[in-house]
Amino acid sequence: MIAVDIEKRVQSRGRSFNLKAAFRSDEQFVILFGPSGAGKTLTLQAIAGLLTPDAGTISIGDRLLFDAKRGVNVQPQCRNIGYVFQDFALFPHMSVFENIGFGLPRKWWRPLSSADKSKVRKLLDIFEITNLSACFPNDLSGGQRQRVALARALVRNPELLLLDEPFSALDTLLRVKLREELLELQTRFKVPVVMITHDPEDIRAFAQTLITYDEGRVCKVDYFLKATVAKPHDTADRSPPDPPHTIPSHGVHRGQIWCA
Amino acid sequence: MDLLNTVLSSKITTPLWMSLKVAGVATVCATLCGVIAAWVITRFKFPGREWLDSLLALPLVLPPTVIGYYLLVLVGRNSMIGSRLHSTFGISLVFTWQGAVLAAALVSFPLVYKSARTAFEEIDPRFENAARTLGLSEIGVFFRISFPLAWRGILAGTMLAFARAMGEFGATLMIAGNLPGKTQTLSLAVYDAVQAGNDGLAAALVVITSVVCIVVLVSSGKMLKTSYLKEADR
Repeated sequence: MIAVDIEKRVQSRGRSFNLKAAFRSDEQFVILFGPSGAGKTLTLQAIAGLLTPDAGTISIGDRLLFDAKRGVNVQPQCRNIGYVFQDFALFPHMSVFENIGFGLPRKWWRPLSSADKSKVRKLLDIFEITNLSACFPNDLSGGQRQRVALARALVRNPELLLLDEPFSALDTLLRVKLREELLELQTRFKVPVVMITHDPEDIRAFAQTLITYDEGRVCKVDYFLKATVAKPHDTADRSPPDPPHTIPSHGVHRGQIWCA
Repeated sequence: MDLLNTVLSSKITTPLWMSLKVAGVATVCATLCGVIAAWVITRFKFPGREWLDSLLALPLVLPPTVIGYYLLVLVGRNSMIGSRLHSTFGISLVFTWQGAVLAAALVSFPLVYKSARTAFEEIDPRFENAARTLGLSEIGVFFRISFPLAWRGILAGTMLAFARAMGEFGATLMIAGNLPGKTQTLSLAVYDAVQAGNDGLAAALVVITSVVCIVVLVSSGKMLKTSYLKEADR
């Protein structure tokens, strides 16, 4: 269960942006959808604890992470939330192996213990990137980077996985493949996911709860049960989420170009 | 043979050794302080931050003699800090090589501070945020993310600081004086030699100073270049 009800005023260079987002979901896959600059990433950062909202509450399961009134604000270090950044933010000065093992708790001057090493190896194996373990992020292709980023985020067995447009840097063929892999992973790790996307295809593939954003507001929350997502609706083309009426036309247009 | 004798004479080796010692210790101090100051300034937002930033960069633009004067006022025998230091620790910074270190460190500090600040600011905050979501404390973020990503910029600043400390004259003269064998560095020895009309010695000192500074700059440039190339090769 994830429940978010936050307000945040962000000011930069004289422009101000008001985020007012509230939604809750008991589903395993929540999608945040909407045009750029609508506040989706800010919401994700607030959930991860990297951004402190001005007011409201955030809780995951029965854990209260943030409550402005009661002065609760769990540090990002203690939230145990995996965050995959938009461009993956892999550490450029570390190999793939070190990147993945980074989140395992240890003193910074100590090397990884052998138990930790085998944990990393297992993840390398699951993501089929064992052969890349000595490579550096700059050597990797987009798809490989994404796998490393996912493995890095999963190494601490997070309670929640946040994905910020995980497929935006990838080509169409790779996206189809990685969508399947992501679904597989979710069943394997049993971790709830909150994902940002611009791509209607992602909604079709994943959405159990769809949160639609516009200009800093949550303007629509749709719940789809897994069963209804799997079965095609009466009108096949308009399967579960029907973006058009809430989404600005350019967003859909771009989506169509990407998925052509 | 004559030249070799001149080069090896204690008139040259003593100030050379003094210069290297003073500049080396001063660079270490300036680097430690510069990196910490740069990290604090980039990491924390507090009122008066811009003023502090300007104050830290001030030794770069102030005439060295002015810095020397400030130092004399601050740590001189009769000043508050200076007399305390002398009475409790028996340390005197005036007319000692430690005073020369203080002068050189202060003058070269802004070079490290500026480069380290730029290096820290250039780090994508997402790297640090990613490390935080992966459970790292702020100290851990510094040692495992910020510093490893910024060390090149910091090293560039350190090299410049060393070269600057080698050439330090004004502030050193003000606080440490020009005592041969005690506080006389290369640049002070050159001045002395010229004043005394000893052109041969002056020329030898000038050549040695130039060579040391060129070697430092070239080697630091090489070090930086190769590591950048390696990065690009990856």
